[in-house]
Amino acid sequence: MDLCRLTIHEAHNLLTRKDITSVELTSAVFDRIGQVEDMVGAYITLVQDQAMAQAAGADEMIRQGKGGPLTGVPVAIKDVLCTEGIRTTCGSKILENFIPPYSATVVRKLKEAHAVIVGKTNMDEFAMGSSTEHSAIKVTRNPWDLTRIPGGSSGGSAAAVAADECIGAIGTDTGGSIRQPACHCGVVGLKPTYGAVSRFGLVAFASSLDQVGPIAKDVTDCAILMNGICGYDPNDSTSVPRDVPDYTRGLRAGLKGLAVGIPAEYFAAGVDEDVAQALSDAITVIEGLGATCKSVSLPHTEYAVAVYYLIAPAEASSNLARYDGVRYGFRDKEAEELIRMYSDTRSKGFGSEVQRRIIIGTYALSAGYYDAYYGKASRVRTLIMQDFNKAFETCDVLLAPVAPTPAFRLGEKLADPLAMYLSDIFTLPASLAGIAGISVPCGFSKDGTPIGLQILSKHFDEEKIIRVAYSFEQATDFHTKMPNL
Amino acid sequence: MKITKKEVVHVAKLARLDLDEEAIDTYTGQLEDILTYMDTLNRVDTRDISPTSHAIFISNAFREDEVKPSISVESALANAPRSENGSFVVPKVIG
Repeated sequence: MDLCRLTIHEAHNLLTRKDITSVELTSAVFDRIGQVEDMVGAYITLVQDQAMAQAAGADEMIRQGKGGPLTGVPVAIKDVLCTEGIRTTCGSKILENFIPPYSATVVRKLKEAHAVIVGKTNMDEFAMGSSTEHSAIKVTRNPWDLTRIPGGSSGGSAAAVAADECIGAIGTDTGGSIRQPACHCGVVGLKPTYGAVSRFGLVAFASSLDQVGPIAKDVTDCAILMNGICGYDPNDSTSVPRDVPDYTRGLRAGLKGLAVGIPAEYFAAGVDEDVAQALSDAITVIEGLGATCKSVSLPHTEYAVAVYYLIAPAEASSNLARYDGVRYGFRDKEAEELIRMYSDTRSKGFGSEVQRRIIIGTYALSAGYYDAYYGKASRVRTLIMQDFNKAFETCDVLLAPVAPTPAFRLGEKLADPLAMYLSDIFTLPASLAGIAGISVPCGFSKDGTPIGLQILSKHFDEEKIIRVAYSFEQATDFHTKMPNL
Repeated sequence: MKITKKEVVHVAKLARLDLDEEAIDTYTGQLEDILTYMDTLNRVDTRDISPTSHAIFISNAFREDEVKPSISVESALANAPRSENGSFVVPKVIG
């Protein structure tokens, strides 16, 4: 048995039965990393010694009968979440040597659950991108086809899960950065409702949109990881105080009587033929499971790209003002005067996509343009939210593609930022509305690259999309397919 | 024309970014395309629509004002490019 291929729930059963130890499991994961990481490039930093020590500690917990669902399970963390004592780069040269003095709440929770932290995964710089190509550190390749992008910005986490270089992973999603790489890498990714998971210790990109969530090999694992990271955190003032459900509890409740909406705007022209076919087949499967599907309209969908690419850069331009070479990160040491030091540091420290977004955001917020750009976008955002509210009056969940095409080739959209932005069209609306969304494998293109089904729910209805995703997964075999590395 | 080179230079200066000639040309062209695309928003009537800045309704998140442990001066300074006597050191501000 190749232990690195196990899911979290399979590993947990074997660990609890003492059939395997976490030390064996963690060693198997690092062996796998040794075999495939040169090809995939999922990780920025690996912490093997620390991981082996955590595994030994987890084994001791299990021996004492104190293990939980994540005890001894090797997980990968996107390099945008602070890890005390472990370098956290955000995929940026400006934070290349930053060692956080504290851990993000999500990381702390995973440590308290005695999960094993394998390392920090690659990402687009400051999570700005859809392909992980904007990382200043390295290239990550799609495990299914090494000439293609893994998606982004959580491309390293999704690729690590798909390539069995970890058992589960954590990503973040601002405009699709969990759902889209999960889709392209053939794994499961959940973007929770805004406010469901603490953002404390998550390096900020766009604060009204950023959300942390799991990327996993199957839906059950996704629910287990979500249980491990969610919940109110007084350190995050946008975290929502509420009772947290056990997300694994309703997995098998079935789909009988469920009202499923198919938003017409997500199936219009521009969707790749293979994606359209896979989605149509998926809808048939879900109807066959007892759900009732009906067409709905989200009329402001087409404006989501424009709204998002004004609001997110506006928030980013403000958030990234903190990188000034004073308190942490890179400083250009040649400048002899303060203002010069700021601009030399920022110009040399930030990559081109980050600089582009800072300029767009600063422009959209500047005197004379604020109302026309940021103000207008914030109003259309209200209309996008109202579209969803209306749809959820009559539907439990919505089904949609995650991305209009399968993973594109490395380099294909790098010179044309607008083309890259437009590829996010199907994930942005849910981000702007703050609702929950999951991506689950639903097919393959003719070239053999994975296609994902996106399931959306209203705020804090994650249990429902997890249930639909689980029922669909159990009725199909896409999640059992592995990339041939 | 949506944006000129002069405006790109001005906005970059506001954001404390120092662009070379090549970058100014590239960003001006790309921003022209991007801002032209943003004009699609003008097709939407938003006269009676209030703006959204936050997707979840939360009113003020208050907490008790309690003294709690925080990170030490040493660890706060550990990542500083330059520090001295418990302070961050920056280039001179006044000539």
